Amino acid sequence: MNDPELLARIQFAFTAAVHYLYPPLSIGLGILLVMMEGIWLKTGNPLYHNMARFWTRIFALTFAIGVATGIVMEFEFGTNWSTYSRFVGDIFGSALAAEGIFAFFLESGFLAILLFGWNKVGPRMHFFSTCMVAFGAHFSAVWIVVANSWMQTPAGYHLQTMVDGKPVALPSGHVVTQGDLTSVRAVVDDFWAMVFNPSTIDRLTHVILGAWMAGAFLVISISAYYLLKKRHLDFARASMKVGLGFALVATVLQMVSGDFTAKGVAKNQPIKLAAMEGVFKTEPQTPMALFGYVDSKNETVVGPKIPGLLSFLVWGSFSKPVPGLLELPASAFVQSHFPDATTPEKLAEARKKFWPNVPAVFQFYHMMIIVGVILLVLTVVACFFWWRGWLFNTDLLLTRWLLVLLIFSVLGPQIANQAGWFAAEMGRQPWIVYELLMTSQSFSKVVQANQIVASLVMFGLVYALLFAMFIFLLTRKIHHGPDDEEESEEMPDSWKAIIQKNNPRA
Amino acid sequence: MSLPDLNIVWFILVGVLFTGYAILDGFDLGVGAVHLFVKKDEHRRLLLNSIGPVWDGNEVWLVTGGGALFAAFPEAYATVFSGFYLAFMLLLCSLIFRAVAIEFRSKEEWTWWRQFWDVAFSLGSFVSALLIGVAMGNIVRGIPLDADHEFAGTFLGLLNPYSLLLGVTTVLLFAMHGLIYLAMKTEGELHDIISGWIPRVIGFFLASYFLFNLYTLIDVPWVLDTVRARPYVFAVVAASVLIVLNIPREIHKKREFNAFLSSCAVMVLMMATFGITYFPNMVLSSPDPANSLTIYNAASTQKTLGIMLIIAVLGVPLVLAYTASIYWVFRGKTSLTKHSY
Repeated sequence: MNDPELLARIQFAFTAAVHYLYPPLSIGLGILLVMMEGIWLKTGNPLYHNMARFWTRIFALTFAIGVATGIVMEFEFGTNWSTYSRFVGDIFGSALAAEGIFAFFLESGFLAILLFGWNKVGPRMHFFSTCMVAFGAHFSAVWIVVANSWMQTPAGYHLQTMVDGKPVALPSGHVVTQGDLTSVRAVVDDFWAMVFNPSTIDRLTHVILGAWMAGAFLVISISAYYLLKKRHLDFARASMKVGLGFALVATVLQMVSGDFTAKGVAKNQPIKLAAMEGVFKTEPQTPMALFGYVDSKNETVVGPKIPGLLSFLVWGSFSKPVPGLLELPASAFVQSHFPDATTPEKLAEARKKFWPNVPAVFQFYHMMIIVGVILLVLTVVACFFWWRGWLFNTDLLLTRWLLVLLIFSVLGPQIANQAGWFAAEMGRQPWIVYELLMTSQSFSKVVQANQIVASLVMFGLVYALLFAMFIFLLTRKIHHGPDDEEESEEMPDSWKAIIQKNNPRA
Repeated sequence: MSLPDLNIVWFILVGVLFTGYAILDGFDLGVGAVHLFVKKDEHRRLLLNSIGPVWDGNEVWLVTGGGALFAAFPEAYATVFSGFYLAFMLLLCSLIFRAVAIEFRSKEEWTWWRQFWDVAFSLGSFVSALLIGVAMGNIVRGIPLDADHEFAGTFLGLLNPYSLLLGVTTVLLFAMHGLIYLAMKTEGELHDIISGWIPRVIGFFLASYFLFNLYTLIDVPWVLDTVRARPYVFAVVAASVLIVLNIPREIHKKREFNAFLSSCAVMVLMMATFGITYFPNMVLSSPDPANSLTIYNAASTQKTLGIMLIIAVLGVPLVLAYTASIYWVFRGKTSLTKHSY
């Protein structure tokens, strides 16, 4: 454990992965809260009041841990990736600052009213706050995905160095060497080209839909549990319907988004696509492996394959070949970094230095897809059961089995989101900024391996405790369940019209 | 007419963000620092709920300040946070603990559970305030930087007596600020206990602040030189001391809101003292001042500073508007309801 680069990568991956358990829930649940409170205000049905109250409590728990683990992320670029921070600060920093100013303040400010404002403000203001929290959560995803997408497909910048204290632009294609790191910077040319870099829209859509799925399946899972246990049945049925409807939209759209995203990767980051799909040889009718494992020695994937499918998905043509790793990256690019790679053997050897960890990327990517497809099937089956009127009839054995599966479905989006990010980030290696700056050039030189070990152990312990607490408190909240008649007497008069509408008990 | 110097504008704006952080998270860290001195469970819940709706919004000032520093002065961001690595990791850990402790503490009735999270909240707040002060102390004193502006010191070197003194001063400042906030938000028995503590904490703070200023003039040679060139710094320091001395009077007259405004003004003036003295440096190098980072050699390009200024002009009024409205909605004394922490 004395490789500072590897340790810094592990720490960033660990803290980001743990953090990313929570924000997708905030984003997805945020939308659902808007729906539930909206339906309540529209119909006055107290059931939706109970739902809004209960899911807000779950939301509060995920939000607090999301904020706490998120502060780490804002500073980890500086602490562990200071060379990277110096190199890209001119571009990357503005996206992070915009996230803080435009999104986090909105989210955290209105969250106060969402959580504690029931007895302080009227229905309009409260509903507006709920909308703003959901909007803020989405907006934070926008800026962080912009920043990350720029690392995948950098655009709207040029490299600059200092000569006699004056900035001088470097030609595009400049190879950043170790000696450049104290003087060369990426600087912004065009802010909007940076924001809307070639992968932003695809990846943002993919991330947000993934977050919607996380929220939807949490609601589905808890509702399925109540249905199976025959507790809070009215509440569970209503929640299940909202959750399932939302899940169907999100999951179907996610398949479309996945297709767009993969096509974008094929176009902008062909090495990453080849690694995700495990394509080594470039051949017409490129097959797609459904699952399997990467045999690195023989440079092939062992597992069932559908001939021509990958060609079709990438190019819309069964015959056009998808470039394989054995010819990626292009020889000219390899030689710009390794000028002595002139023979085919040397070229082949040098090429591998630009490949990510193919077996890992392949597995993470396939895990994401397989889980995504399972969730789609599960959603469609559940909707079918709902349509036939079987979903809430727990006397049926099939329904009981389906509900058990739905209880576990909450893990699906979490696994797929994590696996997808691992595929995306490991697939970008060895680059921290794709084909511009190497990860090995970017970590903090002044931070020693033993210091990272210390912080990693600390985060490991703290996050394990946090996660245990989160699961414990979530379970307790689920066991306690929604109150059948949520507190409404303390709410100001402006709510009375809604509380009394359609409420036999009021 | 010439355009304003964007580097100076951003020096001020980053300063404004961190001052906003000090004022806002300052009082909730202060509430945390005194939390264990309050004994009754109901009183502790009142403490937590007085900051309940606002603490996460307050921490956003830190996150946004960090983001703005990254965008406007990436060299300073990279140097400071990699240089202060272990100290900063401890700070992050403390902030995490205190944040989740607020959320977790009142979820269960068990004594051991509440005690554990009470300690986590209080200790986390205390250590956060201490480390923020220690970090500031090192920035003021100057840290060893090499020719590439990389930190060349050690973790233990950061824990020098001067910086530790500023750490303690910061804890006392935040505790004072937090107590005044609590005086504003509480009533009855708790209010009387809190109000009784304020003059004593002010006394400790002033003593510590006096020592710190003395130590600065003796131990940090560049400050003396700068102050000679900018003597109006003394007026700012004097104004902050006078305002602190006014606080007990306001508390005595039950004008807690005025007392709180005074306390906010003290923080603004202290940050102004720092800013005026430190300008145009971002990170001072000591012993070799030639390696210092300034608002010019640490900055992003003019283009980025310009873009960021547009973002700030659009964003900051919005931020101020909803920060103000949230505090307005939750004005008045804190009371416990079913949904409280």
